[in-house]
Amino acid sequence: MQKITHLAATTVVIPQDNVDTDQIIPGRFLTTTSSEGFGDALFRDWRFDENDQPRPDFVLNQPAASSAGILVGGRNFGCGSSREHAPWAIRDFGFKAVISSKLADIFSSNAQKCGLLPVVVSEELHRWLLDNPGAEVKIDVEQRHIEAGPHAETFPLDGFAQHCFLNGVDALGFLLEQDAAINRFESQRG
Amino acid sequence: MASPQSLFEKIWAAHEVVGETPTTPGVLYIDLHLTHEVTSPQAFAMLRERGLKVRRPDLTLATIDHSTPTLPARDGRRPYVTEQARTQVATLRENCRDFGITLHDWDSAYRGIVHVIGPELGATSPGKTIVCGDSHTSTHGAFGALAFGIGATEVGHVLATQCVLQRKPKSMRITIDGELGAGVTAKDLILHIIGTIGVSGGTGHVIEYAGSTIESLDMEQRMTVCNMSIEAGARAGMIAPDQKTFDYLRGRPLSPEGEAFDAAVERWRELRSDEGASFDREVRINAADIAPTITYGTHPGMVVPITESIPAPADASEEKALEYMGLDAGQSMIGTKVNVVFVGSCTNSRISDLRAAAEQLRGRKVHPDVTMLVVPGSEQVYRAAEEEGLHQVFIDAGAQWRLPGCSMCLSMNGDIVPEGALAISTSNRNFEGRQGPGSRTLLASPAAAAAAAVAGCVADPRVNTSEAA
Ligand code: SF4
Repeated sequence: MQKITHLAATTVVIPQDNVDTDQIIPGRFLTTTSSEGFGDALFRDWRFDENDQPRPDFVLNQPAASSAGILVGGRNFGCGSSREHAPWAIRDFGFKAVISSKLADIFSSNAQKCGLLPVVVSEELHRWLLDNPGAEVKIDVEQRHIEAGPHAETFPLDGFAQHCFLNGVDALGFLLEQDAAINRFESQRG
Repeated sequence: MASPQSLFEKIWAAHEVVGETPTTPGVLYIDLHLTHEVTSPQAFAMLRERGLKVRRPDLTLATIDHSTPTLPARDGRRPYVTEQARTQVATLRENCRDFGITLHDWDSAYRGIVHVIGPELGATSPGKTIVCGDSHTSTHGAFGALAFGIGATEVGHVLATQCVLQRKPKSMRITIDGELGAGVTAKDLILHIIGTIGVSGGTGHVIEYAGSTIESLDMEQRMTVCNMSIEAGARAGMIAPDQKTFDYLRGRPLSPEGEAFDAAVERWRELRSDEGASFDREVRINAADIAPTITYGTHPGMVVPITESIPAPADASEEKALEYMGLDAGQSMIGTKVNVVFVGSCTNSRISDLRAAAEQLRGRKVHPDVTMLVVPGSEQVYRAAEEEGLHQVFIDAGAQWRLPGCSMCLSMNGDIVPEGALAISTSNRNFEGRQGPGSRTLLASPAAAAAAAVAGCVADPRVNTSEAA
């Protein structure tokens, strides 16, 4: 997993509430056995028309998107399925963080595990970000602090997830270290 | 005396290998890991890369369901939608062989949708922790298990260590009391609940469904309710086990036998929320308020009683949803023309669901403008339906009787709703394009879906049944 300690990047805004994982990556792209190269499938049916031609008015097709590092979504972003392909696609497109006022549970947990930083902000900051697409945002993972325009606040980030981001390590290492405890648990249950 | 505990807390406590701390999540032991072809290949690849084994292949169970064709083999060859889909299934086969995992492949009498076969096999049972790389794992909570969906990385964690890292979720109890009206089904109940608490109303919570209405439901209906917990944003949904649960499990292939079963039942009886157990949130619902219910938007919280008209959009997102659906506020749902009818998915593809659909279709015809697919949830359901002659009812009516699988629920196997077409579906998600690019979906019960197939438009299933009687 890639280390993220600080982030300073511009945003792309997808303002709709309840953007689900079928929009982020439609089911038909899930037949692969790989975990990379999903960038092209990101928001596929919003980005491309029936003839696979880019829809010029969709934000991800606009020049600013290619240099943006942060995706701002509407409330309850990432609801729907448990497909980790959704955060993989966002990461593969080039985003490092996703911001909303509410992120769906499994999406948020999956994002942490693949090195995409989930940031839940206040309604106030969220509104400001929705109203100011392309804004420059600064995130400090160690301080769990975010700054954008006139706003500065802290955001919740699980202590363990923070550790993984700051050190660029994944969770499996920690879990494998619990081997003795798992053995004990199994033998106690018989 | 120990403080009263909820069902969820009891199961959680019994599986905590290492408790959580502010800087580390808890380590939770998993009793049953279900897996399928879509969310497992990356996890197995990780195991190979790191030279790890599957810790407990005996607690792992695999099936093929998502990418599998529902049309029969031709010249000995299954008609997979793409070679990639064929490879995905072959990859699971290889992984199961190499890592010693039981796979319910094409030749198994128990192959089917992962959430349908777990209970059928008796692999699902009260008090277990159950995970699968699939959000509808909540289905298994109907048996008093703590069952939730995980991502592909976590699938790898469970394969390697039989554990997941978790922070303890919050708890919510939804109590539903009273009798459901005639023709009101478990699907209507859960759609009504999602409409009431909202699609993110359960976020961060495990829901326990309780009350006299829940107790009156049979196991298949309880599965339908728990199945859609995720559509309310919840991690899991669960129902305390009772005599119906035990009766369902007795004699299943993986259930304990004889005295061991009776001993298990004694333990299972303890699995209920104690009097006075506390929940982070409580919701009460009156069963009498629930009508046959249908969605009209692009998320499962946009619901109305089937006899009512579409409400005015509450915000820009709902406005966009209506625009996508090609429906107008004020328009009545009854009479809305549909093009495709899908009876299937882990929500509603069990034998009682097929019976409810068949009841609407017996002696009638699917409307000439409608394509209807009936896809049983498993080989067991398929056989049971054929024994009862339900398949003949569907075929005689002009519906397509297919092989078990997820099929048109997420349309990754090639069974798709055409661009722009409106489908009424017994599945669980009505997201934009869920059933194929440009497809539009109304979610409803099997009876409502079949009634619409006959009418060619949304129809009240209660009216159809009484006419037939
Ligand atoms: S039937 Fe649909 S919701 Fe259920 S497991 Fe299959 S794809 Fe997922």
